Amino acid sequence: MKDAFGAPQSLLILGGTSEIGLATARRLIARRTRTVFLAGRPSEALDTAAEGLRALGADVHTVPFDALDPASHEVTLGKVFAEGDVDMVLLAFGVLGDQARDEQEPLSAVHVAQVNYTGAVSASLVCATALQNQGHGSFVVLSSVAGERARRVNFIYGSSKAGLDAFAQGLGDALHGAGVHVMVVRPGFVRTRMTAGLPEAPLATTPEAVAAAIESGLRRRAETVWVPGTLRVVMSALRHAPRPLFRRLPV
Amino acid sequence: MSVPSATTGPGTGGTGTVRSRVAPVTGWGRTAPTTARVLRPASYDEVVTAVRDCDGRGAIARGLGRAYGDAAQNAGGAVLDMTGLDRVHEIDAVNGLVVCDAGVSLHRLMEVLLPLGWFVPVTPGTRYVTVGGAIGADIHGKNHHGSGSFTRHVRALELLTGDGETRLVTPEDEPDLFWATAGGMGLTGIVLAATIQLLPVETSLMTVDTERAADLDDLMARLTAGDDRYRYSVAWIDLLARGTKTGRAVLTRGDHAPLDALPARARTAPLAFRPGRLPAAPRFVPEGLLGRTTVGLFNEFWYRKAPRERRGELQRIATFFHPLDGLPHWNRIYGRSGFVQYQFVVGHGQEETLRRIVRRLSTRGCPSFLAVLKRFGEGDPGWLSFPMAGWTLALDIPAAMPGLGAFLDELDEEVAGAGGRVYLAKDSRLRPELLARMYPRLDDFRTLRALYDPRGAITSDLARRLAV
Ligand SMILES: Cc1cc2nc3c(=O)[nH]c(=O)nc-3n(C[C@H](O)[C@H](O)[C@H](O)COP(=O)(O)OP(=O)(O)OC[C@H]3O[C@@H](n4cnc5c(N)ncnc54)[C@H](O)[C@@H]3O)c2cc1C
Ligand SMILES: NC(=O)c1ccc[n+]([C@@H]2O[C@H](COP(=O)([O-])OP(=O)(O)OC[C@H]3O[C@@H](n4cnc5c(N)ncnc54)[C@H](OP(=O)(O)O)[C@@H]3O)[C@@H](O)[C@H]2O)c1
Repeated sequence: MKDAFGAPQSLLILGGTSEIGLATARRLIARRTRTVFLAGRPSEALDTAAEGLRALGADVHTVPFDALDPASHEVTLGKVFAEGDVDMVLLAFGVLGDQARDEQEPLSAVHVAQVNYTGAVSASLVCATALQNQGHGSFVVLSSVAGERARRVNFIYGSSKAGLDAFAQGLGDALHGAGVHVMVVRPGFVRTRMTAGLPEAPLATTPEAVAAAIESGLRRRAETVWVPGTLRVVMSALRHAPRPLFRRLPV
Repeated sequence: MSVPSATTGPGTGGTGTVRSRVAPVTGWGRTAPTTARVLRPASYDEVVTAVRDCDGRGAIARGLGRAYGDAAQNAGGAVLDMTGLDRVHEIDAVNGLVVCDAGVSLHRLMEVLLPLGWFVPVTPGTRYVTVGGAIGADIHGKNHHGSGSFTRHVRALELLTGDGETRLVTPEDEPDLFWATAGGMGLTGIVLAATIQLLPVETSLMTVDTERAADLDDLMARLTAGDDRYRYSVAWIDLLARGTKTGRAVLTRGDHAPLDALPARARTAPLAFRPGRLPAAPRFVPEGLLGRTTVGLFNEFWYRKAPRERRGELQRIATFFHPLDGLPHWNRIYGRSGFVQYQFVVGHGQEETLRRIVRRLSTRGCPSFLAVLKRFGEGDPGWLSFPMAGWTLALDIPAAMPGLGAFLDELDEEVAGAGGRVYLAKDSRLRPELLARMYPRLDDFRTLRALYDPRGAITSDLARRLAV
C-alpha cells in the first residue's frame, strides 16, 4: 500500500532498463519500496538493472515484456498482479527513432508508433484493469514535451507521444473515482542514452530530477508533472505560437 | 446483564446480499484514498452475510472514520459502515451499565446517558467516534492517568470473527480474543455490540483549572506534580515556539462539577447536554494558508489569551473535551493532499527523547496547530493497545510539506529506540519494519488472527501496509 505521501511499497516498471525508470526506482527504494518488478525484453542489461536494485535492498524480479507483442501483455503482466498488490506502475518504455531515417523508411516510423503508442495502449489497459480491481495504485506515464506540439525535427516521435499523452489523460478521467491515480509526466530533454549524442535542448535535465519530480507528484497526487517545472510555462506559451513563427523557432 | 445475541438484533433477516456502493474511502487525514465496496448493514445478520460473501480482498469494519490513516479502509474489498447499527439496547441506570450496538456514537451515548446521571468512561478529543472504533483503537482520553483506556471499561462484547462465528467475548472467559480485539484495529473481527461500564456524574458541567507553563520542563514538572489531583488532564503545547520558550503550553485540568458547584439557576437542570456547533469548514481552502507564519501567529495568540492561572471555571463538556467538534469537517482546511497526525508515546525515564523530539519539531518549524501532550498512566493488556505509562505527544502536519516522510521516519527511530511506539489509529506512514519493535505482541496477534480467521476474510489497508 502507498503511505500518506504516496510512496509505494511495490513497483512495476514497464521498460525495466530505462534510465529514468531506474532512477525513479532508486529514489523510491530509499523511501518505502521493497518489491520491484522490472518488465522488459530479456537482456543482460535487464539482469544488471535488477542486480543494481537488489544491492539497495529491494526484492527484484524481472518479467519478460515486449511492447511490440501486445497479445502477450495480458498474460505476462497478469502474472505480476497475481503475486500481490502493485502500488505503482511506471510506464517507461519508448524509442526515440531517427527522424531523418524514419521519414525515408515508413516501416521504421511505424516501429516508433507501435512501441510508443500501440504497445503503451495495450499495456496500460491491462494494468488499469488490474489496478482497478485492487482498488488502489498509481499509474505513472512517461510522456514528453515533444508530444505537446509537433515539431519539425522530431514529429514522428512527438506524434506518438501526443497520442500516448492524450490516451493517458483520458485513462485518468476514466479511472477517476476508481481509486487509481493516473499521472502524466512530461520531461523535456533528459540526459540518458536515449538522447546521447544529440545536441542538448534548453532546460536539459537528469533522470534523478525526473525521479524527484515523480516522487513529489505522488505526494501531491498530481495529474500532470513537467520536468523541469518551468516547462509548464514555456510550453503554454509555445502551444499558442502562430505556425509561421513556431516553424522558425530553434526548438 | 448480557449482550444481545445476534438473533435479537435489529432484524431484516439474513437473506440475499446487502446493498453496496463503490466509493473512494480515506481516513480523517484524507491521505491515500482507496476504493472499496461500502456496505451499510442494518442488522447483525447482514453483517454476517457481508463477511461470509466477501471475496479474496476481505472486509473491514468502519465506524465514523475518525482514525486519521488507513485503518478503516480496504482497497478493492468490502468496508462495512457500522453506523447503521445504532441501537442502544439496555441501560442499567442503577449500576451504570449500557448495552449498545457497535455503531452507536459516543455523542449519542452522552445524549442518552447524561440526563440519567452517567457519562462515558473515556472520551477522545471528538464525540464523533463509534463504540466499535473506541474498542478497535482502544482509545484513551484525558483521564488515562487514572482510568486507563476505553476497553478497561468494557465488560463484554459480541464479536463476529472471520470464520463466520459470532462470539460473546469477556475478559474473564476469553482473555486472548478480548485483549487482542482491544486496540486490534478491527482485525480480529467485527464488533457487533458491547456492554460498557459508565461513570456517575452529578452535572453535565466541568470545573476546570487552567495554567500556563513557560517551557517543556516546566510543563512536565507541573503534570507530574499535579495530575493525581485531577480526573482529567491535558496540555496544549506550542511546537512553533523556539529558544527558551520551546515547549510552552497551556494546561487544562478538571473534573465533572459536583451539584453544589453550580450556580443556583443552573441547578434546576444540572444534567442538560448542550454541545453547540458552528457551520462546517469550507470545502476548498487555498493551499499555503497554513504556512509557518499563520500557524505561528495563531499559536502565539492562543498562548497569550490563556490565563496565567485560573481555578474552578465551569465549562461545558463539549468545550472541555471536544473543542474541534464545534467546527465540522475541519480536516478540509489542509487541502487535497490532506494531513498526517503523528502521535507517539515514550515511557517514564525517556524524558530526554521527548525533549529532543520537541526541539527537533520546533527547529524544523512544522506548521502544526496546537499539539497535545499528556502523561499516561499504566497501560492496559490490549495486545496492540497504544498507551503505556509515560509521555504522549500528538500533532498535525500538512502532508504536502516536503521531506516530511523522511523526517517522521527519523522521529520513529528515536521513539522505537526509547522503547516507545506510535499510535496506529493515527498512523498513515510508519515503516513496517518498526511495527514489531513497537508492539512486541505482534506475533501473538498474527497467530490469533490465523486461528479465528483462517481464510483471511478480515483485512484492511493498514494491515496490508504494515503487514500486520
Ligand atoms: C479530532 C479527533 C480527536 C481524537 N482524539 C483522540 C483521543 O483523544 N484519544 C484517542 O485515543 N483517539 C483520538 N482520536 C482517534 C479516534 O478516537 C479513533 O481513531 C477511533 O478509533 C475513531 O473511531 P471511529 O468510530 O471513527 O472508527 P474508524 O475511524 O471508522 O475506525 C477505526 C478503527 O476501528 C475499527 N472499527 C470500527 N468499528 C469497528 C467495529 N464495529 N468492530 C471492529 N472494529 C471496528 C476499524 O476497523 C478501524 O481499525 C481522535 C480523532 C479525531 C478526529
Ligand atoms: N530521455 C529523454 O530526453 C526523454 C524525454 C522525455 C520523455 N522520455 C521518455 O521517457 C521514457 C524513458 O526514457 P529513458 O530516457 O529512460 O530512455 P532509455 O533508457 O532508452 O529507456 C527506454 C526503455 O524502453 C525500452 N524499450 C524499447 N523498446 C521496447 C520494446 N519493444 N519493448 C519493451 N521495452 C522497450 C528499453 O528497453 P531495452 O533495454 O530492451 O531497449 C528501455 O528500457 C521513454 O518513454 C522516453 O520516450 C525521455
